[in-house]
Amino acid sequence: MGITDKIYKYIFMVIAFSSFIFLTGIIIVLFKEGLPVLSSTGIFSFLFGKSWYPTATPPEFGIFPLIMGSLIVTLGAMVVAVPVGIGSALYIHEIAGEKQKMFLKPVVELLGAIPSIIFGFFGMVIVAPFLQNLFNLSTGQCAFTGALILGVMAIPVLCSIAEDALSVVPKSYREASFALGANRWQTLWKVIMPAAGSGVSTAIILGISRVMGETMTVLLVTGGAAMMPKSIFDPVRPMTSTIAAEMGEAAVGGEHYHALFAIGLVLFLITLLMNMIAEYISRKYRMKLGMDV
Amino acid sequence: MKINPEKTQKIGFVALFICIIIALLVLGSIIYFVFSNGITAFSWKFFTDIPRKSMTAGGVGPAIVGTLYLVLGSVLFALPLGVITAIYLCEYSPKNFTLNLIRMSINNLAGVPSVVFGLFGLAVFVKLFGFHVSILSGSLTLGILILPGIISASYEAIIAVPQSTREASYALGATQIQTIKKVVLPTALPGILTGMILAVGRAAGETAPIMFTAVTFYSRSFPSTIFGETMALPYHIYVLMTEGTHPEEQKVIAYGCALILLILVLAVSSLAIYLRQSQRRKYA
Repeated sequence: MGITDKIYKYIFMVIAFSSFIFLTGIIIVLFKEGLPVLSSTGIFSFLFGKSWYPTATPPEFGIFPLIMGSLIVTLGAMVVAVPVGIGSALYIHEIAGEKQKMFLKPVVELLGAIPSIIFGFFGMVIVAPFLQNLFNLSTGQCAFTGALILGVMAIPVLCSIAEDALSVVPKSYREASFALGANRWQTLWKVIMPAAGSGVSTAIILGISRVMGETMTVLLVTGGAAMMPKSIFDPVRPMTSTIAAEMGEAAVGGEHYHALFAIGLVLFLITLLMNMIAEYISRKYRMKLGMDV
Repeated sequence: MKINPEKTQKIGFVALFICIIIALLVLGSIIYFVFSNGITAFSWKFFTDIPRKSMTAGGVGPAIVGTLYLVLGSVLFALPLGVITAIYLCEYSPKNFTLNLIRMSINNLAGVPSVVFGLFGLAVFVKLFGFHVSILSGSLTLGILILPGIISASYEAIIAVPQSTREASYALGATQIQTIKKVVLPTALPGILTGMILAVGRAAGETAPIMFTAVTFYSRSFPSTIFGETMALPYHIYVLMTEGTHPEEQKVIAYGCALILLILVLAVSSLAIYLRQSQRRKYA
């Protein structure tokens, strides 16, 4: 290797570490800006405190209602997205012919590219008023609407990842099942699904993590009340929308500002954990099927 | 009672068919709704004029230009970083530990919620580096957001270049860097461009990362410098829906903005998906 080649190699190596630097930078920033409020409020009362009054005197920083808001909306979204998303993936994988596949796969990917602000806009203008009339609610901007819209948004994500997982199940599994006299549905349900099970669960975990990090949709459709929700038709304020809605009015370096970074830290750690679990499962899955990891 | 396997299969297949129909119908109706309502707001002035009468009349020209600047800036920042990272991972195949560390970072960076990128941009670019709320800060923040996607697409494109092509180049006496520049990159270029176009679609629609780093409510002029704040399409939709005193007039403009954004994102993403399909056909 010549000297120029070596120089290039080292320059490239430094640049290749940029992702690592950015990820570390994010972690450092979140800890540095979030810790002041965690130490003054106490981690326990920050996480499990039931009142979020950041601008009151004295301010109260309990994010439990925000965490509950995120959880309710996310779980609700999964109730919509998991059956429809995975059902669609199974359809594309098993029933659709080559021509349909050539159409459906790009269309699903395209639908996944629609920006979240558009879903939020749609939810706010059409879905919220509709549900308000339908269920006779005081406001259509509530956890239920948020869950519904986020669920629809998550369908393409879940469908694409699940379809990938299904497509790596070796052909021999299916042939063995057919040879034993099983029909297509039995093969799909009893052989392919269990074999792809961990891959499909990766899709669900990534879907949860994606939905939980979604900001603009919940900001526009969940109503934004930082109270403990009593029912799914109550307005909620998930963690993401709290950060987005309040950062503009929080004084830089003030307690409120730090509290919003601390929420960002909690959010980051939750999604990081879920991404790592998903990555671990999908690695094991691919190894089990004898693939390159 | 004995379950009839044929019947179960029929019911099962119908259920799956309903799933895909629901998915297409719901998502399709969102697109239809934005198109049918947004098109009424369109006029030549809507694209070129500045907002007038406290956002109830005039156009959204500054928001369109602002979004284009932000997208361009983020790609200028992320593309070189992403391509070089991919080259390093493919061509220099680093030791296991380094490789795993970089890969882990890319995967986890890809999963970071977009609002957290906004917080990072605010703390680092806006405050620490002193770029203030500006196109520069917003572009850098968006650039980090799209970096993992650009790396993955470039990696796929570069790893797909046949080993024999590289060996032919070495056999002619080319050095490694010459081979990368003259042989590997040109061959992988279409794939890299596809990744870049997908990233453009992603960057154009993101709102949360630019909220604290680049955008302003309302501007009476087009952005003139990258050190200044700007309007942007997705944020403008949000502002029109949540601020201001004339919700009905503002809603019409919001529809128009949503349609511009949707057309932009769908056009760009279809182009990328089409290019990728035709490349796959070529290699297969």
